[in-house]
Amino acid sequence: MAILRTLLASLAVLLAGCGALGAASRGFQAFTTETARRIAVYRHPVDVPPVVLQTQSGASIDFSSLRGKWLLVDFIYTRCPSYCRAVGSEFAQLQDRLAGPIAQHKVELLSISIDPDRDTPSQLAAYLQRSRDRGRGWLAARPLGRDGLRELQRAFGITVIADAFGGYTHNAAVHLVDPRGRLVEIFDLGNPEPVWQAVEQRMLQ
Amino acid sequence: MRGTRLSARIALLALLALLALATPLVKHALETSMAAQMLLQLPLLIGVGVLLSRALPHGVLARIAPWNQLGITGLVMASVAIAFWMLPRMLDASVAEPLVCVAKYLSLPLLAGLPFAISWPRMGFIVRGVFLLELIATFFRLGRLYLISPQRLCNLYLLDDQQRLGQYMLAIGAVMLLGVAGKLLWGRFDTLAQCGAAANGAR
Repeated sequence: MAILRTLLASLAVLLAGCGALGAASRGFQAFTTETARRIAVYRHPVDVPPVVLQTQSGASIDFSSLRGKWLLVDFIYTRCPSYCRAVGSEFAQLQDRLAGPIAQHKVELLSISIDPDRDTPSQLAAYLQRSRDRGRGWLAARPLGRDGLRELQRAFGITVIADAFGGYTHNAAVHLVDPRGRLVEIFDLGNPEPVWQAVEQRMLQ
Repeated sequence: MRGTRLSARIALLALLALLALATPLVKHALETSMAAQMLLQLPLLIGVGVLLSRALPHGVLARIAPWNQLGITGLVMASVAIAFWMLPRMLDASVAEPLVCVAKYLSLPLLAGLPFAISWPRMGFIVRGVFLLELIATFFRLGRLYLISPQRLCNLYLLDDQQRLGQYMLAIGAVMLLGVAGKLLWGRFDTLAQCGAAANGAR
């Protein structure tokens, strides 16, 4: 009975294939690397490595010294033209909306440079100014050493590629790091409301 | 009757082709853009499997045949394998993660090209028709998706790269559609059946 055998074999192949597709797409939810990254982080928080950062004031801080606060992290480069302006202004909005917890040192915003060679402290300070920083609770920093950036990229799942204009493109998002130093949630850019809602909700827990 | 020596030569040729595609220079060139990966790397790896099928001994083919009537099993296997490697996530991972890349370079020839080449001569007119129309529809669906999606689907590729792939896929889909339409209008249907019989007889 060749037709029965064929049916059986086809079904087996189809089942195995669906298993593989399901596993690769995290149960048919994540067809892109970006969605997969967000689901993975939400389910299994990732420890942020203790990388040394240099801030806009020139001071060096260890990522682990930021523990005890909720951190909102984005990745930037200061030469970025139009698109990143929007990112900067979104962080300014979050700074306004979360002014209360920021004043109580419960929340801090952190913009990390993906172009540490060019983003000197003065460039970072200028970036904050351009982005209408209110001067409280927002650090712009560059990882020191090539490995520092690579370690952060690996932990956060950031892929940086060169674009046609000498700049960079990367999977931009807002990353929430909890007071224990774990990356716990990732949000879309362009919609700050769910971000501050999540922060306020998590602070209550 | 196919000689074993010829089979061995073809298998060696397929292996060499695979190794050539795996050399850093070629691999890098095939991964520089989303279009190159989807429209060159994937088909070339499938092609290695098609080549390899020419080296299969008759005994093996005869043993597979009862499990592969009308080429259905092979078609299902190839379709699933190709769909898997077309996931945007896998386009990224096969470049960024060496193990995934090895899996891709082995599975596309063995689980897509090889079963497809074995099965194509066994497919009847209807199975071929369904396959071709579904293939064309996939090119149109994905092409449109890549063209209109405001978001990058791959972290490794730029948005304009994705849109260019969309344009190429729509164009290829249109060409294939015209080809099938031409066949339907001016082709002789009995030739398909004969062609299948001839292919089977030649084996």
